[in-house]
Amino acid sequence: MKEILWLGRGGQGAFTAAKLLGAAYAAKSEDSYSLAFPSFGPERRGAPVRAFTKLDAKPILDRSETELADYIVILDETLFSTGLSKLLKPGGKIIVNTKSDKPEWVAFDGDTLAKNLRLPVVNTVMLGALSGVSDVVSVSDLETAIDGYLSPKIREKNKQAVAQAAEEVRS
Amino acid sequence: MKQYLSGDEAFAAGIRLARPEVVSAYPITPQTIVVERLSDMVEDGSLDAEFIHVESEHVMMNANRSTALPWNIYGDQRDSLALLDTGWIQAYAENAQEALDLALMSYYIAEKKDVSTPFMVNLDGFILTHTYEEVDVPEQADADRFLPKYETENCFDFEHPKNMAFSAGPDTNYIFKYKEHAALLRAVPVIAEAEEKFALIFGRKYTGLIDTYNTEDADYILITLGTIAGLSREIADKLRAEGKKVGVLRIRYMRPFPTVEIAEAVKNAKAVAVLEKDISFGAAGTVYTNVTSALQQAGLNIPAYNFIGGLGGRNISHADITDIFEKTEHGTERVNFIGIEVQK
Repeated sequence: MKEILWLGRGGQGAFTAAKLLGAAYAAKSEDSYSLAFPSFGPERRGAPVRAFTKLDAKPILDRSETELADYIVILDETLFSTGLSKLLKPGGKIIVNTKSDKPEWVAFDGDTLAKNLRLPVVNTVMLGALSGVSDVVSVSDLETAIDGYLSPKIREKNKQAVAQAAEEVRS
Repeated sequence: MKQYLSGDEAFAAGIRLARPEVVSAYPITPQTIVVERLSDMVEDGSLDAEFIHVESEHVMMNANRSTALPWNIYGDQRDSLALLDTGWIQAYAENAQEALDLALMSYYIAEKKDVSTPFMVNLDGFILTHTYEEVDVPEQADADRFLPKYETENCFDFEHPKNMAFSAGPDTNYIFKYKEHAALLRAVPVIAEAEEKFALIFGRKYTGLIDTYNTEDADYILITLGTIAGLSREIADKLRAEGKKVGVLRIRYMRPFPTVEIAEAVKNAKAVAVLEKDISFGAAGTVYTNVTSALQQAGLNIPAYNFIGGLGGRNISHADITDIFEKTEHGTERVNFIGIEVQK
C-alpha cells in the first residue's frame, strides 16, 4: 500500500488534493482501491490541517490514520518540521512548496506556478508535483478526476496546473 | 456507476434511489453533509420529496458521535447503543458501499407490513461519514425493481377516520410492547429476504445479522461492529500467517440481536473478545453484555473479555488490535480500557 500524507492550512485545499488523488487512482482499473480522508474535526481557515490518501491493489480495510507515509506533501513551508522524517517509510520523500532547496526535501515552487496560472491555492499544483515525483498516478489520471470532481469553470486551469507542475518537477 | 463518495454522500445517494416522499432532517456534525446533499437533490428536482424539520422517521441514518460531557464531536458508539431499548432496528455499516446498500434495504425491511418498525443505520462518525472511497451507485430502474412503492393504512383519510398517536393505559399498553418485540423478531427473516432480493438485482451479497471471517476453526475470535472490523481482519490475517488460529465476527445488526447466530459461530472457540466504542458506566460495554448473554443462553462457558476503545474518536491502532488478540489468548480482566491500566 502507498500512503500519502498531506499537510496544509485550512482553506488551501489539502483535502481536495487528497480526494482527487484517491479518485484518480481508484478509477484506473478494477484492481485499484483508495481511501481519502481529512484529519477529522472542526475546520478553521488558516489552522494546520492534515489529509490522507491510501492507495492499494486490494480493498483497503485499515481506516486508521497513516503512521508511516511514502510521501508527505506540504502545501505551506512553515508546516515543515524535522520530526516529520519519523513519519516516512524508508526511501519516502517529503515534497514542499518552497523556493529554497534543502537536503531533507524535494523543493517545488508551487506559489510561483499558481500565481502564473492565477490560481488562489496551490493544492492541484502540488498534486501535479507529487505525480511528477512519484508516478503513483499519471497526469491524465488526474485530469480525469478533475473533470469528475471539480466544478466546470475551474477545471481547465487546474488541469493545466497538474500538467505543468508534473513537467517542471521532473526537469 | 462508480463514484468517489464519502459515507455521508453514499447514504444520501441511497436515499435518493429509495424515492422517499418526505425527508425530515436536521444537520448535526458529522452527518451535516447528508442533509446538505439531500436538500440539493430536492432543490434541483432529482429527489421529489418534501423537506421538513420535524422528527418522525421510519428510516434514520445516525452518524455515530460521542455524547457530552465533556463536549466532543468525534465518533464513538455510545449514542446509538444507549438507544437499543427504544424499539428501532439497528444496523452498523463498515464502508460507504454498505452504507448506500443499507439505505435501500432499510426501507424494504422497515416498510414490510409484518415489521413496520423504524430502522436506524449507523455510520461511524468521520471514519466512515467523512472518508471517500469508490462506491457503485445503482441505477434508478434497478432500485425501483428492488423497492416497491410504500403503501400504508396509517394515513389520514376522511372516508375511513382512525385514531393515531393515542395514549394506551395499563389495559392495552403491554400488548403494544409485546407487538413491538414480536415485530423486531419478525424482522430477522425479512432481512434475509431483502438481502436475497438485493443480491439478485445488484449482485452484492450480505450475510444477515453477523459477518464472520475465519471463525470456523478459530481458537480466539474478536467480536466487534462498524468500521474497526476491517483493521481487525487485517491483523487477524497477520496472526494467521504466524500460526495463530484467530477469527473476526462483525455484528451487523444489534437489534434484532443475533443471539443464536453469535453462539453458533463461536461455540468451538477457546475465548472471545468484544471490542466496542462504548461503556455502560458501572457495568461493562453494552455489546459485551449482549454477547455474554447470548453465550449463557446457549449454555456456552467460554471466557469473554471486553475491550473498550475509540471513545471520543480516539484512534484504535494496529498494536491495540494485536494486543487484544494476545490478551484474549492469555487471559485478562473481564473489562479492559484500551490505553488505560485499570486500578484494582
